[in-house]
Amino acid sequence: MTSPAAELQGVTKRFGAVVACDDVDLTLNRGEIHGILGENGAGKSTLMKVLIGLVLPDAGSIRIDGEPQRIGDPAQAAELGIGMVHQHFSLVEPLTVWENVILGERVRLDAAAARRRLGEISERYGLAIDPDERVSDLSAGLRQRLEIIKCLRRDPAIVILDEPTSVLTPGESEQLFEVLRRVVEREHKAVALVSHKLDEVLAATDRITIMRAGAVVDRRDTAEADAPGLARAMVGRPVSLRSAGAALGYIEALESDPAVADPAVEASPEVSESQSVLQIRGAVARGRDGRTLLDGLSLEVRPGEIVGVAGVEGNGQAALSDLLSSLLRLESGTVRVRDAAPLPGRPGAMAAAGVAVVPADRHESGCVLDMTVAENLTLVSPPRARTGRALLDRAGRAVLDRAGRRAHAERLIQQFGIQTPGADAPMWSLSGGNQQRVVLARELSGDPAVLVAAQPTRGLDVGAIEYVSARLREAAAAGVGVLLISTELEEVLDLADRIVVIFRGRIVGEMDRADLDVERLGLLMSGAQEAAS
Amino acid sequence: MTAADAAAGAGDLRYDRAREGVTVLGIYLASIAVALVVAALVLLATGGSPTSVLSALLDGSVRGPGRWGTTIGVGIPLLLVALGTIINARAGLVNLGQEGQLFLGAALGTYVATHIGTGGPGVLFLIMLAGVAGGAVWAGIAAVLRYQRRMPEVLTTLLLVFVAAQAVGYGLKNKNLLLDPTPDQANRNLISERLRPDTRLPRLDWFGNEFPMTAFIALALAILVTLVLRWTVVGFRLQMLGRGPRTAHRAGVSEARYGGLALVVSGAFCGLAGAFMLAGGDFGNYRLTPNYPVNIGWEGLLVALVARDHPLVVIPVAFIFAALRTGSGFLAATGVDRDITKVVQALLVLALLVPPAILFVRDRRRALAAAADRV
Repeated sequence: MTSPAAELQGVTKRFGAVVACDDVDLTLNRGEIHGILGENGAGKSTLMKVLIGLVLPDAGSIRIDGEPQRIGDPAQAAELGIGMVHQHFSLVEPLTVWENVILGERVRLDAAAARRRLGEISERYGLAIDPDERVSDLSAGLRQRLEIIKCLRRDPAIVILDEPTSVLTPGESEQLFEVLRRVVEREHKAVALVSHKLDEVLAATDRITIMRAGAVVDRRDTAEADAPGLARAMVGRPVSLRSAGAALGYIEALESDPAVADPAVEASPEVSESQSVLQIRGAVARGRDGRTLLDGLSLEVRPGEIVGVAGVEGNGQAALSDLLSSLLRLESGTVRVRDAAPLPGRPGAMAAAGVAVVPADRHESGCVLDMTVAENLTLVSPPRARTGRALLDRAGRAVLDRAGRRAHAERLIQQFGIQTPGADAPMWSLSGGNQQRVVLARELSGDPAVLVAAQPTRGLDVGAIEYVSARLREAAAAGVGVLLISTELEEVLDLADRIVVIFRGRIVGEMDRADLDVERLGLLMSGAQEAAS
Repeated sequence: MTAADAAAGAGDLRYDRAREGVTVLGIYLASIAVALVVAALVLLATGGSPTSVLSALLDGSVRGPGRWGTTIGVGIPLLLVALGTIINARAGLVNLGQEGQLFLGAALGTYVATHIGTGGPGVLFLIMLAGVAGGAVWAGIAAVLRYQRRMPEVLTTLLLVFVAAQAVGYGLKNKNLLLDPTPDQANRNLISERLRPDTRLPRLDWFGNEFPMTAFIALALAILVTLVLRWTVVGFRLQMLGRGPRTAHRAGVSEARYGGLALVVSGAFCGLAGAFMLAGGDFGNYRLTPNYPVNIGWEGLLVALVARDHPLVVIPVAFIFAALRTGSGFLAATGVDRDITKVVQALLVLALLVPPAILFVRDRRRALAAAADRV
């Protein structure tokens, strides 16, 4: 047998006190899809960055086709036949598909040849795409297809995909795996699929390496692997696929048993009677560049229910979250919160009306990294009146109540189990999960009518995900209307009582959790059923 | 987390702060040492004597008779300008128009002083008020452009400096405005009437060092700014705006209101500095002239930069910058070429500016790394 396509031995990488990879061995064989499974922060991405030359390991060796190599940068990796499709797109939106493909090549520009080459690749791998379309007009699925074409056009022997399905609908994910299968079987390439989702690793790979806290904890052949075993290896303790299914990306567990999916479901008849706490009608908004962000979006949230907004990333989720964070003005449409009609875009209006938000990017609008934990726990204190109150807080004080703030902070730190060196520690010194707890604690402590949670578990480990999910359920049980905006379908299915689908800035469909139809949901997310709904 | 962990964490934090202090001090000492060595080499290469230059600098700033007073007099406007700059910087804005705001404050003060026709504490107060108004209005223009028309305040404040120079220049050509109307001054163009003695600021004399009493107002303002930023609701909101504008907006902090407030207050401090210069006597002998601000605005900006936006650290830094200024007045006597003494001066200023830049870049990198880790 020939030597493996890539062999990593004893790879160790430290970032300060954190060991991202600890003596990791990994072998990628030709003709195999190798799943690298692990939670966020398990070291999967770092390991792949070592292979592609973006990270230099502190120790360990790499052999490519049996030859020891030292990979210093991605260009060198490309020469060795290693290509990677990154989690985040690196495309130039105003340019066309073929222009993006040849971007960065140091040869004379030959449009005809480039298009021809693009056509060949498309055909060879069944990756249909229009070379003359502008990237800005492409769906997320097509953009990723383009990224894969960019990677394959150099004909790499080793293809690395980092969390490729996070922007895809279920249907698009399946197509992707078919392409990978073709690549492996016909061309005998080695594929590494990095994922934190159990079901896609089970469905698409031949062999699985499971990482936890920077180390390899298990290796399995996919044929012999089962979901509970993988989950246990990944998390390091037995987990219920029922409660952690969303966190582990195990959609099957969620699909099978909708009746007990969520205790709140049983309360839904009562819920539906009551008046809505949040009502958005015909919201239209445009970005500063004139792009339509919201295109007549309407939705309603009743007290005590969790409404999940499903959809592929980039279809207006950010704008919806911004709207409810007072960060977006509307061209037309209204927002009602309980009996109030806060003016969209006015500073603090939504917060004052009782809308709490856990934003997708907490560093951008959820917390202030350069302030202390205590300060971050009390950020939202809107002025009491519109004018003449710029110097006073809600209670009419001009001088900060530092003692009160500290007591408040310490209470919340304990109540929400926030791990911090102290209330005066800078926010940036906290881990992502604890920063998220700070945001959650502050937002929930304001006694909100509505809680908007946008990608609330992104980048968190399983323990933190379970915690956040439990808190969202608790909030709903306490009568708060919860709007969960997530591109992780598993998360929506796990938590929501009612699911609405967002596509190109509007709600295109709706279904109750009890009538779940994942296939129809996938079609809605891809816009296929827009006319039908 | 156990209590022991928590205690260990708190200990780490204290340890980090102590280590941070040592690091900062070390960077400053190294930077100043390098500047002194380079300056000495430059002087030796051009045939000068490093020791006599250093001695002249010290004589001119603190050692010579009465030089403490002169240095304090120069330090007052530097301190005020830097305080205004800090308020602005904490709100996340960049004001580069101190020189113009100061000039307009001084000009408006001159107008009030020379047109009221009487004197006394009341008029003195009005002069100060005019200074504040001049600076505030000039910065207010930038604020309106920023929040009504989205024009970056970095550009507008800077460009308004040149508009201010032209506007005051026009005033200095016009007898109805600022130009001295007395006939024997008519041939000496572009100079204002001298302030009447009873509209000048009282000067103190401590141990032979003479300086205006506004030194104490300036110190009090430094303490006030510290307290406002640290202890008040408005200070908290300003800093929230500076450190996380979108978070602040969501939390109810209006960018236009608080950002505009910061810019206007920043301008008001510069305008007050101008009025203090005018009525204090250390600049221009109680007369407004073209080029009256003599770079005090720009230097105040540097003071804030060196003090890393800390309103109490500004006090010693302003004094050091003032000392460099007054000390350099004595350099001519050393026989070293004027251009070379300017190089030496610039090296010393640079030595103070390099550490904040290094620290800024380091903090930015750390923040970016933290953000990248935790998304």
